[in-house]
Amino acid sequence: MAHDHHHHHDDDHDHSALPDTLLRTKALESLLTEKGLVDPRALDELIDTYEHRVGPRNGARVVARAWVDPQFKAKLLADGTEAIKQFGFDGRQGKDMVVVENTPRVHNMVVCTLCSCYPWPVLGLPPVWYKSSPYRARAVIDPRGVLAEFGVTLPGTVEVKVWDSTAEVRYLVLPMRPAGSEKLSEEQLAELVTRDSMIGTGVALAPGAAA
Amino acid sequence: MNGAHDMGGMHGFGPINPEPDEPVFHAEWEKRVFALTVATGFGGEWNIDMVRFARESTDPAIYLRSTYYEKWLLGLQRLLIERGHLSEDEIARRMARIAAEQAAGGQR
Repeated sequence: MAHDHHHHHDDDHDHSALPDTLLRTKALESLLTEKGLVDPRALDELIDTYEHRVGPRNGARVVARAWVDPQFKAKLLADGTEAIKQFGFDGRQGKDMVVVENTPRVHNMVVCTLCSCYPWPVLGLPPVWYKSSPYRARAVIDPRGVLAEFGVTLPGTVEVKVWDSTAEVRYLVLPMRPAGSEKLSEEQLAELVTRDSMIGTGVALAPGAAA
Repeated sequence: MNGAHDMGGMHGFGPINPEPDEPVFHAEWEKRVFALTVATGFGGEWNIDMVRFARESTDPAIYLRSTYYEKWLLGLQRLLIERGHLSEDEIARRMARIAAEQAAGGQR
């Protein structure tokens, strides 16, 4: 028997859309195009950029440079926006960048409790979990529990600092350079830098672990 | 503004469950909502704070059960209506027309 069940979206991982959502999206695009407020080709271009060209590989290059070049690292920590601009990574959702460094004493982790602020130029668009209610709620009250869920267990002596992003300031975590990576090139080092290590819900991969 | 979006420290949402090898978008409509929001908003008509406020003005019960890009869609629609670019009526009529076209197409 047909059961007219439009299920609801309590779960952030449920991506099935209600017919209303699909129709509303089409209607808005159709009306805005008709009124000359958007150009569908510009929309395609935006989608291509954020689907294929901007992502965490950008941030990984910045981190690898900081690992091999102490002067660059100093600059990155002093003025993240300017230092990152050298790579051509700037603009939309990354105009004011603050880079926070992980050390044997301090582990940094980034959240946006209010919404989904995230440094687009260096990390691309945020993953669903970053935008999800559980992460936004728990990162600030139970950061070690959250880290454990991501498989990261820190000694009690390590201080965990949680940075709550705002519409203006976007944070990038500079993860610790892994042990045994002394002989790697900058490009090889970049391979060890995961997206999560730059959000602070992960650490850099050990040499040999990179895919 | 203190509303349902102000989630820091709230209890009861359960585990995070990160998705391995997550795609950037999960559906075609999400791409269109993303691009529509960026293309209209960043042209200077409104700024990020206004977009956020529009999303945060969504009814809390709807906000909490909406997926991320559904929140974007509702926020964008609110701004377009508030700014006089579109009316609710116009959107409803266009939705009905597209639905009718799809139904006609599906019967062939």
